[in-house]
Amino acid sequence: MNGDIALRADGLGKRYGSKWALRDCTLEIPLGSVTALVGPNGAGKTTLLQLAVGLSTPTQGEIRVLGGSPRHDASGILPRVGFVAQEHPLYRGLTVDETLKLGRKLNPSWDDGVARERIERLALPGTQKVGKLSGGQQAQVALTLALAKRPELLLLDEPVASLDPLARREFLQSVMEVVAETGTTVVLSSHIVADLERACDHLVILNQAQTQLIGPIDEILASHRLLTGPRTDPATVARVHDVVRESHTERQTTLLVRANGHVYDSCWQLHEVDLEEVVLAYLGQRSITTRSFERRREAVTA
Amino acid sequence: MIEFHLDAHSGVPTYLQLVQQVRQAVRLGILRPGDQLPTVKEVVGSLAINPNTVLKAYRELDRERLVEGRRGVGTFVASAPPAPPPDGIKELRTALQRWIERARTAGLEDESIAALVADTLRPPVVSRVA
Repeated sequence: MNGDIALRADGLGKRYGSKWALRDCTLEIPLGSVTALVGPNGAGKTTLLQLAVGLSTPTQGEIRVLGGSPRHDASGILPRVGFVAQEHPLYRGLTVDETLKLGRKLNPSWDDGVARERIERLALPGTQKVGKLSGGQQAQVALTLALAKRPELLLLDEPVASLDPLARREFLQSVMEVVAETGTTVVLSSHIVADLERACDHLVILNQAQTQLIGPIDEILASHRLLTGPRTDPATVARVHDVVRESHTERQTTLLVRANGHVYDSCWQLHEVDLEEVVLAYLGQRSITTRSFERRREAVTA
Repeated sequence: MIEFHLDAHSGVPTYLQLVQQVRQAVRLGILRPGDQLPTVKEVVGSLAINPNTVLKAYRELDRERLVEGRRGVGTFVASAPPAPPPDGIKELRTALQRWIERARTAGLEDESIAALVADTLRPPVVSRVA
């Protein structure tokens, strides 16, 4: 077993009734990475994260988290994993102080210093009922609960979807500070890639219960290009590069390609693409193939 | 100390924006030899970007000998920032002008020349399809 993998799925599938929520999912998330798990609603993001924390059992395949099974070795694995579920569920009737006390009682590896310091820095009133806090503050309390476990792996399910732009930014700032300080591995799911583009270094695209693209974001950006030129049969380009998406007018052809080597050709105009365009191109693809980039690990040090 | 700003719509990669801002600050004397750059944690805490992006920028500046990292302390502007490249520029420009003329004679327009240069500057992509 490779020691530098935080989360590994192998042929992982989950079926509810006759519907597969996740199917044939094979991926590796390197230790120390910040991974965006991106896909439309219903793509299987929440299912994957719930399997990772043992909240559900795989129908097929296997998931290993920090080297162990989250279900069979729950007591060994789960204390090392922080999980913030969608909509950051908290006991709305408890105060901030009571919420922290509950966290302390429930988590053997609780670090009260971490929790207190965060709550103080965020200037959250300890006696305030959690239900009375703003959405952004509630998200920060939920994050504090997860961080006080000093997790080696932090899983955040749609953490910023319900937040306003300012709270979104503050939340991501907090997460990035923790990464800079501790090197914690983070997986964030989102249906909007723009939120996460600059915070993440790895990308996993999930669509219709399957993985479509996995790799380091800078390699993904460096290898995808938009080509426009006179109407052409894309097969000529496809002999060299992978054509992810094509569109044609009577006179013009536009291709989003994943390049193999240099792409310059006088027939084509070349354009850079941003991550959102790449994601949308893959999500619009009919045939589904997983592409994976070789891992390139960069140590995270403060 | 300087503060970084990001232009989300410039198309310039985030790490390169950080690199350019340090170079500019050194050139303008806003940063002087021995000055400390913001720590990685400070930068990510204000910009909400990935720490690796900051590390990549600082490594690049270190490679250019514009700054030096001191383990466990921080990153500092080098005591003797590299002098601007001396001669050579003129020769390179002359050679480039000749090359551009050849490219134009070959029928390339300026945009195509720029695209060809940009594409060649980039390290070739090696795709690995699983």
